[in-house]
Amino acid sequence: MSPRAARSAAQPLFTVLFLLPGLLLFITFIAGPLLYSFRISFFDWKIVNPALSDWVGLENYNRALNDPIFLRAALNTLVYALITVPGQIALGLVVAVLLNQDIRAKAFFRVLYYLPVITSWVIVSLLFEYMFSGQAGLVNYLLRDVLHLISKNILWLADPILAFVPIHMLGIWKGVGWTAVILLAGLQAVPQTLHEAAEVDGAGPAQQFFHITLPLLRPTLVFLVVVLTIGSLNAYISNLLITNGGDPLDQTHFILTLMYEATFGRLDFGYGSAISYLLTAFVFTISVVQLRLLRREVDF
Amino acid sequence: MGKKRQRFLRQALTYSLLLLGAGLVFVPFWYMVVTSLKPQAYIFEIPPRLWPREISLDNYTRALGKDLFGLYFLNSLGVAVASTGLTVLVSAMLAYAFARLKFPAKDPLFYFLLLGMMIPPVMLIIPQFIVAKQLGLLDSLPGLVVIYVTMNLSMQTFLLRGFFEGIPRDLEEAAMIDGAGPLTIFWRIVLPLSRPGQAVVTIFTFLYSWDEFPWAHVAIKETTRRTLPIAIALFQSQHLTEWGQVFAASIVALVPVVAVFTLFQRYFIRGIAASGLKG
Repeated sequence: MSPRAARSAAQPLFTVLFLLPGLLLFITFIAGPLLYSFRISFFDWKIVNPALSDWVGLENYNRALNDPIFLRAALNTLVYALITVPGQIALGLVVAVLLNQDIRAKAFFRVLYYLPVITSWVIVSLLFEYMFSGQAGLVNYLLRDVLHLISKNILWLADPILAFVPIHMLGIWKGVGWTAVILLAGLQAVPQTLHEAAEVDGAGPAQQFFHITLPLLRPTLVFLVVVLTIGSLNAYISNLLITNGGDPLDQTHFILTLMYEATFGRLDFGYGSAISYLLTAFVFTISVVQLRLLRREVDF
Repeated sequence: MGKKRQRFLRQALTYSLLLLGAGLVFVPFWYMVVTSLKPQAYIFEIPPRLWPREISLDNYTRALGKDLFGLYFLNSLGVAVASTGLTVLVSAMLAYAFARLKFPAKDPLFYFLLLGMMIPPVMLIIPQFIVAKQLGLLDSLPGLVVIYVTMNLSMQTFLLRGFFEGIPRDLEEAAMIDGAGPLTIFWRIVLPLSRPGQAVVTIFTFLYSWDEFPWAHVAIKETTRRTLPIAIALFQSQHLTEWGQVFAASIVALVPVVAVFTLFQRYFIRGIAASGLKG
């Protein structure tokens, strides 16, 4: 056999060797489990002895959709997305535009703004819990003694609505750095010649921003809306740590804290799986709708 | 005068806004550092201070001496290093196959793999828990590594395939004419030429594994196998008012992250911008 022929005979072997580890992991721990939990969601699943599990059809889904705690959690999650996604994009855009100018210490600002992004959710959630603490929290102090906006301390975490103030603020605070970096890349792709031409035509900075920058950023913005929405609908750690997942009175759950409690707190694996499939269906639908509505060709 | 003045105003506005934002980002971190240096008696002092009355390292010695903290740090480090190394290797092999080798059903297989980027990770927790239970991977650090590698696989393969496709084919063809097989080409040409790509994968996977909470939280029950995020969260729920120690432990956990990020931020920012990786 010539060397070349030997090589081409050996190639299928290499191909299998290169593909096998990754695909095996993917099938065992992602694709397989995905189908498996779909099955579980139709059972009253007994984790200790799965053979004894009873088929209950759509009962788990029915239960979720008629459970006021689930519906409240879905509403909470949706509101979180509606507040934190625009918040992150608006502030991220401001930061990106500022950083896109000819300024000193650009790297310093970039690292600083990115710091919350790389910090673990556990740490920043505990930090916000402490800052919003009812007795001697920094936020109450600022509002009462510095700004004189309130006359007595607010017990943020004891109220089912106010408990979301730290959670929403954390969501925005932690995400702005990432959003800004993505938008900065988009801004840098806008050709400088367009701005120069606009300047010659007498367009001011505001006009240039709304008529050149924003339209050209549209694909980036669409990408951000979709990715950030998916991320916010999957929010979990901040809520779990700040409200202990649901306090007070199960009014502050997100979908995933509820799923976690049902599954690992009450060992109701069937119900938990149904919740996670409902969430995925929800995420998928919203992403498709957003892409349909937002993805139009940029005409210029 | 007009133009110059306008320019000056614009600069002033830019810097003021940037500094304002920097302040908003920085104050919580600063407050965390200050709290970690306060003796316990001042944790709930009114008014809260942004400058410690007296500096004490008490919280650090107490938090680090407590609850096997040193072991948790090593657990986190071991898991993060192993997950990172394996992710780079396994996803580079996949990426090379998809970028350069010929095999049947290549495109469908690639899209199948990309599915992993669209599935919300927490939705996989329940079935992964059941599978891991059957395979004996619960309560074990290698079990964490296996899951972390898998969770990063789709994204990193996608990213590296892009890098590999950017390597000029001429080099590989020349090597092939010289008698090099795919393994040699992969090892001697493709890997050395895709260092920036691997840097992005490394930083991203390291930070992910170091910070990961939801899976470790359900998979690890044995005290000695905790990683830092679960150890810190559990510590806080057991010692509700000892915020100084909570933040001392948090800061120690944060140091490697900030170090890795500051060292590699150039690669990191470029990689994020190019690929849309969620940090």
